[in-house]
Amino acid sequence: MAMRMRPGEEGLYSPLYEHENCGVGFVAHLKGRESRAIVTGAQELLIRMTHRGAVGAEKNTGDGAGILTGVPHEFFKRIAKAEIGIELPELGSYAAGVVFLPPEELLRNKCKAYFETVLIEYGIKKLGWRTVPRNNSMVGPGALDSEPSMEQIFLGAPEGMDSQEFERKLFIVRKHVANALRGNAEYDPEHFFYVVSLSSRILVYKGMLMPEQLFDYYLDLQSEDFSSHLAMVHSRFSTNTFPSWDRAQPLRFMSHNGEINTLRGNMNKMRSREGLLASPLFGGDLSKSFPINQPDQSDSGNFDNVLELLLMSGYELPEAVMMMIPEAWQRHPSMDQKKKDMYEYFSNKMEPWDGPASVAFSDGTYIGAVLDRNGLRPSRYYITDDDLVIMASEVGVFDVPPEKILEKGRLQPGRMFLVNFKEGRIVDDSELKSFYANARPYGQWLEEQKITLENLTTPEIVPDLDRNTILPRLRTFGFTLEHLHEILKPMAELGKEPLGSMGNDAPLAVLSDKPRMLYDYFKQLFAQVTNPPIDSIRESVIMSLKAYIGPERNLLEITPAHAHRLLLEQPVLTNSELAQLKYMDYRGWKTKTIDTTYSAEGGAGELTKALGRITTEASNAILEGYSLVILSDREAGPSRIPLSALMAVGAVHHHLVKNHERTQIGIIIESGEPREVHHFCTLVGYGADGINPYLAFEAMWMMDEDGEIEGQISRQRIEKDYLTAIEYGMQKVFGKMGISTLESYKGAQIFEALGLATEVIERCFVGTSSRIEGAGFAELAEEAKRRHELGYPQGNPSVGGELVNPGDYSVRYGGEKHMWDPESIANLQIGVRQNSRYHYNLFAAQQNQRSTEQFTLRGLVKFKSGTPVPIDEVESVESIMRRFVTGAMSFGSISQEAHETLAVAMNRIGAKSNTGEGGELRERYKPLPNGDSKRSAIKQVASGRFGVTIEYLVNADEIQIKMAQGAKPGEGGELPGNKVFEVIAKTRHSTPGVGLISPPPHHDIYSIEDLAQLIFDLKNANPRARISVKLVSEVGVGTIAAGVAKAHADHILISGHDGGTGASPLTGIKHAGLPWELGLSETHQTLVMNDLRSRVVLQTDGQIKTGRDLLIAALLGAEEYGVATGALISVGCIMMRKCQKNTCPVGVATQDEKLRAKFTGKPEHVINFIRFIAEDARELMAQLGFRSVDEMIGRVDMLETDRDVLSWKSKGLDLSRMLALPRKDLAPSGTICCIPQDHGLERVLDRELISLSKEAIENAKPVQIHLPIKNTDRAVGTMLSSEISRKYGLDGLPDSTIKAKFTGHGGQTFGGWLARGVEFVLEGDSNDYVGKGLSGGTLVIYPPKQAKFKAEENIIIGNVAFYGAIQGRAFIRGVAAERFCVRNSGVEVVIEGVGDHGCEYMTGGRAIILGTTGRNFAAGMSGGIAYVWDPSGEFVGKVNTEMVVPEVVSDTEDFEYIESMIREHIEKTGSTRGKDLLDSWNAEKRHFYKVVSPLYQRILDQQRRKELVHG
Amino acid sequence: MGKPTGFMEIDRKKVTWKKPAERVKNFLEFQVEHDLQTREEQGARCMDCGVPFCQSSYGCPIHNLIPEWNDLIYHGKWDEAYHRLRQTNNFPEFTGRVCPAPCESACVLGIHEPAVTIKDNEAAIIDRAYENGLIVPNPPKIRTGKKVAVIGSGPAGLSAADELNHAGHWVTVFERADRLGGLLMYGIPNMKLDKNLVQKRCELMVQEGVVFRTGVSVGQDISAAELLAEFDRVLVCTGATKPRDLPIPGRKLKGVHFAMDFLTANTRSLLDSSLKDGQYISAKGKKVIVIGGGDTGNDCIGTSVRHGARSVLNFELLPKPAEERTDEFPWPTYPRLLKMDYGHQEALETYGRDPREWSITTKEFIGDENGNLKALKTVRVQWSKEPGERPTFIEVPGSEEIWEADQVFLAMGFLGPEQPLLESLAIEIDPRSNVKAEYGRFQTSHERIFSAGDCRRGQSLVVWAINEGRGAAREVDKSLLGYSNLPG
Repeated sequence: MAMRMRPGEEGLYSPLYEHENCGVGFVAHLKGRESRAIVTGAQELLIRMTHRGAVGAEKNTGDGAGILTGVPHEFFKRIAKAEIGIELPELGSYAAGVVFLPPEELLRNKCKAYFETVLIEYGIKKLGWRTVPRNNSMVGPGALDSEPSMEQIFLGAPEGMDSQEFERKLFIVRKHVANALRGNAEYDPEHFFYVVSLSSRILVYKGMLMPEQLFDYYLDLQSEDFSSHLAMVHSRFSTNTFPSWDRAQPLRFMSHNGEINTLRGNMNKMRSREGLLASPLFGGDLSKSFPINQPDQSDSGNFDNVLELLLMSGYELPEAVMMMIPEAWQRHPSMDQKKKDMYEYFSNKMEPWDGPASVAFSDGTYIGAVLDRNGLRPSRYYITDDDLVIMASEVGVFDVPPEKILEKGRLQPGRMFLVNFKEGRIVDDSELKSFYANARPYGQWLEEQKITLENLTTPEIVPDLDRNTILPRLRTFGFTLEHLHEILKPMAELGKEPLGSMGNDAPLAVLSDKPRMLYDYFKQLFAQVTNPPIDSIRESVIMSLKAYIGPERNLLEITPAHAHRLLLEQPVLTNSELAQLKYMDYRGWKTKTIDTTYSAEGGAGELTKALGRITTEASNAILEGYSLVILSDREAGPSRIPLSALMAVGAVHHHLVKNHERTQIGIIIESGEPREVHHFCTLVGYGADGINPYLAFEAMWMMDEDGEIEGQISRQRIEKDYLTAIEYGMQKVFGKMGISTLESYKGAQIFEALGLATEVIERCFVGTSSRIEGAGFAELAEEAKRRHELGYPQGNPSVGGELVNPGDYSVRYGGEKHMWDPESIANLQIGVRQNSRYHYNLFAAQQNQRSTEQFTLRGLVKFKSGTPVPIDEVESVESIMRRFVTGAMSFGSISQEAHETLAVAMNRIGAKSNTGEGGELRERYKPLPNGDSKRSAIKQVASGRFGVTIEYLVNADEIQIKMAQGAKPGEGGELPGNKVFEVIAKTRHSTPGVGLISPPPHHDIYSIEDLAQLIFDLKNANPRARISVKLVSEVGVGTIAAGVAKAHADHILISGHDGGTGASPLTGIKHAGLPWELGLSETHQTLVMNDLRSRVVLQTDGQIKTGRDLLIAALLGAEEYGVATGALISVGCIMMRKCQKNTCPVGVATQDEKLRAKFTGKPEHVINFIRFIAEDARELMAQLGFRSVDEMIGRVDMLETDRDVLSWKSKGLDLSRMLALPRKDLAPSGTICCIPQDHGLERVLDRELISLSKEAIENAKPVQIHLPIKNTDRAVGTMLSSEISRKYGLDGLPDSTIKAKFTGHGGQTFGGWLARGVEFVLEGDSNDYVGKGLSGGTLVIYPPKQAKFKAEENIIIGNVAFYGAIQGRAFIRGVAAERFCVRNSGVEVVIEGVGDHGCEYMTGGRAIILGTTGRNFAAGMSGGIAYVWDPSGEFVGKVNTEMVVPEVVSDTEDFEYIESMIREHIEKTGSTRGKDLLDSWNAEKRHFYKVVSPLYQRILDQQRRKELVHG
Repeated sequence: MGKPTGFMEIDRKKVTWKKPAERVKNFLEFQVEHDLQTREEQGARCMDCGVPFCQSSYGCPIHNLIPEWNDLIYHGKWDEAYHRLRQTNNFPEFTGRVCPAPCESACVLGIHEPAVTIKDNEAAIIDRAYENGLIVPNPPKIRTGKKVAVIGSGPAGLSAADELNHAGHWVTVFERADRLGGLLMYGIPNMKLDKNLVQKRCELMVQEGVVFRTGVSVGQDISAAELLAEFDRVLVCTGATKPRDLPIPGRKLKGVHFAMDFLTANTRSLLDSSLKDGQYISAKGKKVIVIGGGDTGNDCIGTSVRHGARSVLNFELLPKPAEERTDEFPWPTYPRLLKMDYGHQEALETYGRDPREWSITTKEFIGDENGNLKALKTVRVQWSKEPGERPTFIEVPGSEEIWEADQVFLAMGFLGPEQPLLESLAIEIDPRSNVKAEYGRFQTSHERIFSAGDCRRGQSLVVWAINEGRGAAREVDKSLLGYSNLPG
């Protein structure tokens, strides 16, 4: 594509949403000895991780690759002399670096001249410029168009300046020059100028290249004398393909594989800190480097900026990294206290940069790497006997003879790996951290300095329930009866967040005629694809709500006073805690209370006047020496309207950020508004440090007085339960975005605004996306006024007016309107049952009208008139019907009857139904005698992997990877044991009565390259099926989709927020996700702009129910359409919204036998519904002049905003970005799917395996195979298993029919979905996802025979082994990384050690672990058994005992089983650990623990008794 | 919701009726309320639907908060249940007795199971509220000084007057009859709706400040001009009181009466003198035929039985309805189903046959030489329906029959409001002779005159009259103050 510069915002595309994930690695010599081999080794390493990067639409344009090395002195000396005739001084007294410059000579010279003047200013001598020799002949046109000119600069250190000082000067020079030049209209209008690196110690070459192009491109790298003691390489996978030479990595000090979720908050805080930043090292120069975070950078770039600042100001590299990416110390009971103290002290200076990360860093004297606190990125290393260290995202990327290897290890969550070249050794994590933890008396400082609530006295009078005024106040603050009964009551009674079901069909806040709370305008963002959501429940060890608040000090100093801050254990404050803060006068801390109400008398201007007043008062409070401000709306009453607490905190926060003051004061909210989880999240997300929801407390106390709270509970207990529920809910919301701590969530603004005008965003929510404009201050003031009038009406109140309003979760008279109103349900049901188009027309008319009566975005547009065509020229109804799918609804959430009815219906019309999460009964694969089929064409693969066997995958036409679901994006699910009936357990390969948990993330998708891997896996499992990825609409989904297209998905579904069947927490239903119109449009636009649209089919869903809806979806870019709620209503659903209770009175969403008998739906009903929509659409197509659906795709020019339907509130909406026509010139290959993806299946190792196994597959004759294997051989065995399963089903072949022995390094997903009858033996090691989905096969893995290291102490397989494994066996001689056996359903495995989160979510099978485990073992493990050998006595402390009990093994049967498995393990792998154990069995057997859920054990015992009786 | 599985465990229990033989002896109400526990359990059957069809346009026109008060009943919170009920319904004691309960036919539970006893629950709430002394005068705190005249004291007029009074306006209700209540007083017999309830309600309204002027006929006793001069707004709620006639030969014969004349006189005499003054049309010893199969027809049957008629028959033009829902009336639409009402039951018990004849039309009243009714000549009809068309009928040749009868009550519905009043107010009427005023706005062609109830919408249910009365009150209030706190 022809573009010199990355595009800015266009339509809904914005460069802000770009994500990147990557492969990263390094090779270094421990003693710092330079060699050419290190550089070439790194090259090899980079190339072998090519599959972790990506290419865009052009085959030869990569996303970026680069290398960081030490300064190649010999090489530089030679070429400096030869090329520019200068003699370089000795190593260390000069610096060098590559500079990207504008291609135009004139501009280039101006830039260089400016650079040189700055050098003079700082007294640095220019030694010379040199053109960087390059060969761009192999580079793709996209990269070529934006290729900068490149020169290398050599600078001499001023006489006598020490090395550190020189580096600091270089830092200031570089920042100064870059700030001045980049993007400057006079020098560099097209943003070419960029200093790649500038240092006397390290050097970076990088570009928008593919890994194998890097060395070809930079001729310097090919020089034989270009050698280094370290070489760090990076290959980038960006979610879009826009040209970007500068965004390639390594950056100046680091390479990053991951994503920083909290970036916006980190950046705002850094900006705030600039006000206090000072360092004697810089003198007055420091401010020249501001802004610290340069604009227009990726998250990694921002991280690098801050890391660099810390380094330059005197922090040591490892220390700075520890501060930015701390371990999960808060909930770590066994962590060394000194280390904890250090982290706690650091938390006073900086919040974590949170998100999945593997960061490799180097300043030339150290090279190291660190993983995020949850270990969400793979990083493996080898250490050799000739002092080489090789670290990379994968093993097998650098050839080392096995006998030379001393150690094979992995980075562990939060741990650091560091090579100290000066000392010539590896400093291990505990030594390193203990060194830094002991560097200063952090514990003592904290002890002396910190303030806690216990230090503060409680005033005598604390505000209580005021019954006399509560009702008008409840009304003024927008409380409804539903808030009281459905939200507060369950929280007060059970300490739990309430559930709801059937999605959200109420209007968007900006489209509602009701006065809606400001919170409703904010939608929570959530992680999908590029980073994983976190299970805040099962992995709570890494979560924390603890935070220090109040004034921070100069980041660049380390003093005891930095710890003089107030510690809050969690952000929600009781009335007495608030009173403590309000009236405190403790060691210099005082609090200023600011009234946030305004006069009800004045006009709309009062609100903005109040904003001005409170922001000024907040700034003044800093000057007056206050440590906290309380923004209080206690003054609200008949004559005072409360400002929304969210608006107040946003305005104050951003005002202070703008003035670089935010970190100098804490902000506390005292408000009647907040009541539900979302409110607290938004308040914290926009900067609140503490929140006192006094009216929510009063409401609960009132209910308690009225006997509406069940049980005898004290007020304190109600408060406590409520706080528990809010905390739980907040952590869940953090987890959705992959954030673990309140500190980093605070101010991170993980929201999109929907329907707010720019004036509001600019003043209160700077940086938040608000893509369709909407309500401004005047409209929000009107809403506040209307609410206030509800509370304090003029004149007489109506009878019953003293009661609160109904709500809007369910249809209630007087409450919010809903799309699914009774008339629509009735007309649709009558229509489909009586095949009455008349009733459908009534239904459609009502729906379309509801749409325009301010319910949906599509309601706000109208068709432009076209030239009608005769209807018989339009694509047939039947053909349109084939474009439909029914939504993914699991068998388990809906009844068998309902599920099968949908399948039969869709099969009859050649459309597709979806299994949903939870597998499919094997019986359904066979057609029925009457020709019908109950087989769902789409097989969903969700995070729980229930029933995802090789047979299931083989029986698919489409395999859909569910990244998120509309009703609860970013959340997992849970099927409680009482709903796991016999047939459901059978389908899911689990145990009846044992609960099942779907984790929030797919544990094999933590990043975009992981998704690419899963797509590859599934394509191998069924090459005939198309692979679909289901995403949920949110801002940035377009760029994610571009990444997904680059990851070779065939099909992308953009799901709207409003759909959703089945149960979810109310927070998720109401406040997460966006309408499909926005997501679809953004996706289509972004794909077109990236020329990726031609490779994927786009589908959308979310309350699509009329022909008009279909047309709008097509015009916005969708080729296919999903219906779910509509389909369920067709078969009898009446929107009871009780799916979570198993009491569906029409037999749709229940497993209760009696209720299921009431199901009366028929396939005809669904078919009629879809036919009606298709007929309706066809008629509209004829009117508009379209002969086929294909012609309509993306024809957004046929839509325009219907200004007539906008209301007083919505009149400011602007849909132009949604209706923008993307630039077709950027998409030469087409704007509709027309080019199949290249999945690279032709070259896989399985082709050879299959041909070698021909006899076995065809005639079940045993075969034996020997093959070498390397890390690029991925998903080995999967396609072979697919062939077997296609023929033999899940039963497969007789055991060991195919025996394959591999030597080398297994690529990802080694043995994935391996079928019964296949036994793989691997001599070597393997990467992540070993045995994923194992479907009956056997895996044996052991180290090379000639290896000298101890197998049981070294890592042999990567993360997430045996994920979702169904059945089979495995024997692994060595240690596995994190999340071993996650969600194992039935595999039996022996291994010699595992990392954190072992056996997580396991539901069946057995794991025998002959070695240590990591933390959080058996979290969410509802079934299966783990036996762990623990001679040290440390194991029990690592078990997450929420569901399981670890007990010493005592049962003979257990011993017999363990012993026989170990015996087999020894036979198959030669395990010495196994042999040692059996040799002293009687002594060792007492060290075995058995970990099992008591419920599971009970059910096993029952089954055994039954067998005994019936046996 | 209190009991998510209530509907799976508890059966529907309607209130019981006293035995026909017993109840026909007087004009007292005959429903026997359940004990407290049974009633509370009936509340637990409500499923608290996500989409409560009972409140929808298929169900309750005044959108009673049914799931809420059902839940409150189950929890024994009777006082709060009353407050919730009162929020949407001014007169639950009327609707809880006389409403045909479209809420129940729209009840979601009714798809597969007998519906929730919504109507009985409603009556139980209000009756208990009376017993427990919750119904006390609650006059408005602020008086606006505005004056509103309401013409007609039927359910529309009363509910509007109640609402407007609560909004602080001075309200005067004009009623041409001697007693208040309109149709509630004289159109519905006492055994179905105890007149004490109507009186008690009106007395309460008086205590709250409403002025009632009975025996005043607007247009005659007070002119339209006077009314408009004295009041800021006038609300016309005169009902649809013009009965449909049967203009066939013999219509003038003695013994042929409009049902309303029969029922009105009966109730008046009952209240004045316990029927001792003889000022009513007695069916004692008569062979009675009631023409018209609706509620009024049924009331005529019940009244005739109580008088001691010799026989009672009931003719209906429409065919005999189905006993269960058919595709013609799919859920949640209001089905026309065969229903054994109290009168039918009493006639059956008393005379040994179901009194109803279906698909029958009367061609002639046959009299004796003295001009007294002697018999009816009828013919059977055959109904048919084309899809999308209204059903039509033809007479069946050769199906003529003669039925002995000396008393006939014409209960064939109402044609609209009586016109003289409307003429004197000089407001426009619509093609069906109803007052012309848009639903929702309720304003007539005269900007200070509003109209609600059957005189505007045509003959309908009590609950629709309340709906209109409330809606019109809100509009009147808004036109007086510029805003309204009335819920409408």
